[in-house]
Amino acid sequence: MEASEHPAVPKLQQAFGDKILDVYTFRGDVVVVLDRSVNVEACQLLRDDPDLLFNFLMDLTAVDYLKFGREPRFEVVYNLYSLMKNLRLRLRVPVPEEDPVVRTVTHLWKAADWAEREVWDMFGIRFEGHPNLKRILLYEEFEGHPLRKDYPVNKRQPLIGPKN
Amino acid sequence: MLLDEKYDPDTGIRTQSMMLNMGPSHPAMHGVIRIILELDGETVVNSDVEIGYLHRAFEKEAETVRWNQVFPYTDRLNYVSPVINNVAYALAVEKLLGIDVPERAKYIRVIMSEISRIFDHLTCLGPMAMEMGAMTVFLYCMKAREWLQELIEDVTGARLTVSYLRVGGLKSDLPEGFEEKALDALRRAEEVIDEINRLLTRNRIFYDRTKHVGVISQEEAISYGFTGPLLRATGIEYDVRKAHPYLVYDRMEFEVPSGANGDTYDRWLVRIEEMRQSIRIIRQAIDQMPEGPTHIKDAPELVPGWLMVDKAKAGETEDVARLKVEADPTLDGSQKDFAPYIKADDRRVVLPPKEETYGNIEGLMNHFMLIMHGHGIRPPLGETYMAVESPNGELGFYIVSDGTDRAYRVRVRPPCFYLMQALPRLIQGHMVADVIPIFGSINMIAGEQDR
Repeated sequence: MEASEHPAVPKLQQAFGDKILDVYTFRGDVVVVLDRSVNVEACQLLRDDPDLLFNFLMDLTAVDYLKFGREPRFEVVYNLYSLMKNLRLRLRVPVPEEDPVVRTVTHLWKAADWAEREVWDMFGIRFEGHPNLKRILLYEEFEGHPLRKDYPVNKRQPLIGPKN
Repeated sequence: MLLDEKYDPDTGIRTQSMMLNMGPSHPAMHGVIRIILELDGETVVNSDVEIGYLHRAFEKEAETVRWNQVFPYTDRLNYVSPVINNVAYALAVEKLLGIDVPERAKYIRVIMSEISRIFDHLTCLGPMAMEMGAMTVFLYCMKAREWLQELIEDVTGARLTVSYLRVGGLKSDLPEGFEEKALDALRRAEEVIDEINRLLTRNRIFYDRTKHVGVISQEEAISYGFTGPLLRATGIEYDVRKAHPYLVYDRMEFEVPSGANGDTYDRWLVRIEEMRQSIRIIRQAIDQMPEGPTHIKDAPELVPGWLMVDKAKAGETEDVARLKVEADPTLDGSQKDFAPYIKADDRRVVLPPKEETYGNIEGLMNHFMLIMHGHGIRPPLGETYMAVESPNGELGFYIVSDGTDRAYRVRVRPPCFYLMQALPRLIQGHMVADVIPIFGSINMIAGEQDR
C-alpha cells in the first residue's frame, strides 16, 4: 500500500502538522516518523478514531542508529495493527542521546508495559509515566544497556563468575 | 512484595497473606520462569512474574553474524516449532531484499510449518493435561509427536535445531517418499487427536478444572496484545494466515477456529481444532505442490567425467547437454537438479550448486561474492516488519539493514512475551492449583520469550 492511500496518514498530518517529520512506504509498509512531543497523542488518535481503530500495539521496540551517525541517535518504533480495518502502521519516534525520554503509552495499551521495560533494559530509553520501569530480561545489578551499539558484544558481567 | 495483614474481629485472629515462589525451577514450569504469588489461604491475591532466566542475547548476536548465519539462532527461539521461526526470519529478509522463492519451496515451507504447528500444539496440550493428572493423554500426545518428529527429521536432518531454511529458499528438497510417509503419519496423528479429544473434552474433572478458569475478555486480550489461540479463544478470529496471507496460505482452504469465553477450556478446544485444520492444510499443500526433482521422470544419464570430456573431444557434442557428470557427493553435485525448484533465481542471494563453483568461473565468482569476508547478501538500506502465525500467535521480525552483509538490528516480536505479561491478571482470584492449567494453556516457551 502506498503511503498516500493509508487512511491514517491524512488524519495524522491534519492533527499534528509539522510534528510529522516524514511519511514513506518501504516494501509495502507504511511508516510515519513523528516528533516525540506528540507520540502519546498520535497513538491515542490512531487507537480511538472510528475510521482507524488501531487497537493492537503489536510491538514496541527501539533502534540505536549510532553507526549511521544520525542525529538523534535512538528511535522508538511502534508497530500498530487495526483489527477492524486489517491495516498495519509503523510509527518511528526519534529520541536524542542526551535526553533519552519518551512518554509512556501503557495507559493506552497494556502490552506496552513489558515492551517499554525491555526497551529501557536494552537501550536505556526511559518512559515517562511508566508505572514500573525496571529491568526485565537482565538483572538489576547489570551495568549498561547491551543493545546499544557502543556496548561490546563480548563484554561479560555475570552475577557470579569471571568478569571483564 | 508487601504482604497484607488482616484482622478478623469476630474470631480475634490476625492473618497475614503468604508469599510463595513458583519456579524458577519447578516441575510444572515449562522452562525457567519465576512466579511470585501472594496467597490468602489457597487463593492468589496478587502475583508477579520474573522472566529473563533464559536470555541469550539473540538480538545482539544476530547483529554480529551474516544474514544466513542467523538461522541457527532462530531455531532456538521457539524450540518446539523451529521451522516456523526459520520461515518468519527468511520471509522478513526476503521482503527486505524484495525477492520471491519458487512455488515448490513455498509449498514445502507451508507443509513444514503446519507439521510444526501440530507438533507444538501437542507439546502444549499433553503436558497441560498431565499436570492435571491425565497422564494417558500426555503419553498419547508424545506418541503422535514422535511420528511428526520423524517427518521433520527426515526432511531437515535434525530433530530440534533444524536450520532448514535459507534466505531465498531451502536447505534441501523433500526426501524420496515423503508424501506417503507424511500422509500416513497425519492419518495416525488425526486418530490420536480424536482420541485425546474423546478422553478429555467431555471429561467431568477436566471440564471443571478448566471451564471459567483464567477468563479474559476480548477488550483486555486486545489491550495485552494477545494473538494466536489465546486471542481466538475469546472469539476474535485473527489469524495472520488469513489476515495477511503469506507463502501460499491464500490458496488453502481452512477455517480459523474460535472460542467464546476466553477461558482455559476454550483454549484447549481451539488448539484441538487448529491441529485438524493444519492437517487439512498439509493435505491440500501436498496435493497442489508442483512437481520437483523427487518426481523427475526422465532422469539425466549419469556418466563419468572423463567420458564426457572424451566425447566432447571427439566432436560428439549433440547429446552432451542431456548428460550429467557423476560428481563426488561431497561436492553437492547431486543437488544441482533441485536448486531451481527450491531456491530463488537470484545470484545476489542464493549459492550456486557446488558443481558450478568448481566447474566454471561464473559459479566460482558467485560463490566468492556470497561467502568471502566483506561480501555476502546485501539487502538495501531500510527496515521491514514481517509477521507469520506461529503456534502461539503472531511472530514478527522487525529487521533494520544498513546495506552491509550483517543485520543492523533484528527484533523479534515473541508472542508469548505478550501473553505472559497477562499471567498475573489471568490467575488473580484463582486457586494455586489453577495456576498450573492456566500457565499450561498459555504455552510459554522460555527460549522465545527471553530470547
